[in-house]
Amino acid sequence: MKLNRRDALQLAAAGAALAALPAGALRAAEHADVEAAIAAFAGGAPVKEGGVEVEAPEIAENGNTVPISVAAEGAEAILILAAGNPNPDVATFHFGKLAVPAASTRIRLAGTQDVIAVAKFADGSFGRAARTVKVTIGGCGG
Amino acid sequence: MTARIIKRAAALGVIAAMGAGAALADYDDDELVIDGVKIATKVPAPPGHPLPEIVSGWRFRSDETQALEADDFENPAMVAVDYGQSLWDAVDGEAGKSCASCHGDVEESMKGVRAGYPKWNEKAGRPFTLENQINACRTENMKAEPWKWESREMLAMTALVGKQARGYPMKIRKDGPMAEWIEKGKELYYTRFGQLDMACSNCHEDNYGKMIRADHLSQGQINGFPTYRFKWQGLGSLHRRFSGCMKNIRAEPFKRGSDEFVALEAYLAVRGEGLGIETPAVRN
Amino acid sequence: MAKIKPRVKAPKKAAVGEIIEIKTLISHPMESGQRKDSKTGERIPRKIINKFVATFEGEEVVSADLHPAVSANPYIRFEMKVPGPGELRFAWTDDDGSVYETSSKIAIA
Repeated sequence: MKLNRRDALQLAAAGAALAALPAGALRAAEHADVEAAIAAFAGGAPVKEGGVEVEAPEIAENGNTVPISVAAEGAEAILILAAGNPNPDVATFHFGKLAVPAASTRIRLAGTQDVIAVAKFADGSFGRAARTVKVTIGGCGG
Repeated sequence: MTARIIKRAAALGVIAAMGAGAALADYDDDELVIDGVKIATKVPAPPGHPLPEIVSGWRFRSDETQALEADDFENPAMVAVDYGQSLWDAVDGEAGKSCASCHGDVEESMKGVRAGYPKWNEKAGRPFTLENQINACRTENMKAEPWKWESREMLAMTALVGKQARGYPMKIRKDGPMAEWIEKGKELYYTRFGQLDMACSNCHEDNYGKMIRADHLSQGQINGFPTYRFKWQGLGSLHRRFSGCMKNIRAEPFKRGSDEFVALEAYLAVRGEGLGIETPAVRN
Repeated sequence: MAKIKPRVKAPKKAAVGEIIEIKTLISHPMESGQRKDSKTGERIPRKIINKFVATFEGEEVVSADLHPAVSANPYIRFEMKVPGPGELRFAWTDDDGSVYETSSKIAIA
């Protein structure tokens, strides 16, 4: 194939447009299913940033078992999503009146990615937070 | 270029790649305490030992992985230990016996036992690993079917028995007929195998503490087996780990329970002498 | 002996109003449905614990909907404010419909 001047210009323009897109926007586009899961959980209500904490190791030695903790004061439920997994669903915790709205578990991450927590509060509002976990590719660890 | 030179070049490439990560990491100074008992994860090497110090794989792991082993509830291998306990008490075989029929309370009778294996068995004329001893008990005393090396039952039983030696320093008999097997294991340790033409020593003696890709190379000590590995999402035997290493260097692995692996296990027990037993350990 | 076995760690005694920590673990492969059998090449069907419920004297404390991204041998830790003496009950529901249960009593110190 031979590139003429117009093709070359178009390619360059496309490249520039791609480069200009913020990384976050690309990520959001890739993970429409993540946003869909959040929207379903929130029933279409707006979801604010914050109000929920996600704890996870900065670097996980193996993606098969990554310890995570979530907590949100006043929450009735917390949804946990793994944005980079083939299926982002991880778990949803529901808290009764006797519970402290916090939980810990161990999850599988298919690679370096964001773990997202969305809290549903008693007043019907929602809050979200994310934490990036780097998952190492083992040498002999596989 | 001859095939031999190509192989060398490939091996050198691997070593060079490992060297690149050298500055990144070494083992840490954390101490392992389980239920108030300190377990020796670093001991001085005796004179003439090939390593400057003897260090458990636990020290090479991240804080999160270390924490899972330090708490018996968090340790996912403990469900297997529970299962092992139910097998210990269960009658099996034509003799109508359980382990408990002869050995009573596992916490009493098996105290420290795992730390002395592999151990010479006069009747068999070869060293017995814990797996060999358990199966000998099953076939001879219980008249029961032997368990497969990597079966759920064998892993549970070796985990249960091994746990009774937790914190005991690894120390096997080195004299008499064991000497020859240990020497054979040492030979294997330093023999290059597979397409990558690598010996155990290339990673675990020359380069421990460095990164191999994103993984942290340990000394390859055996004091925690059977071990719960995240990669396996379950318990696995020492010989399974040996097989994995051999596949990594693109060699045809020896069989579990083979003379080669038993000899290697005996040598590694000597090489790691003094390390506290961690069974069942947790690794990545 | 059942293949699947739950473990729970909860205090036997607590004060009224005290916040206690409860840890649970159940031996289960959490087969994701995405793995293939290395010998036959066939997909291994999904089989996971999909629901966990903890109740105290019949009142739900914590429940969780679980997906295949939860690790093998699912571990769940949570905290509860003790209203008085009573029994904690735990139930894990498997994809095949089996329910695994255990319980733990709390006395007032």
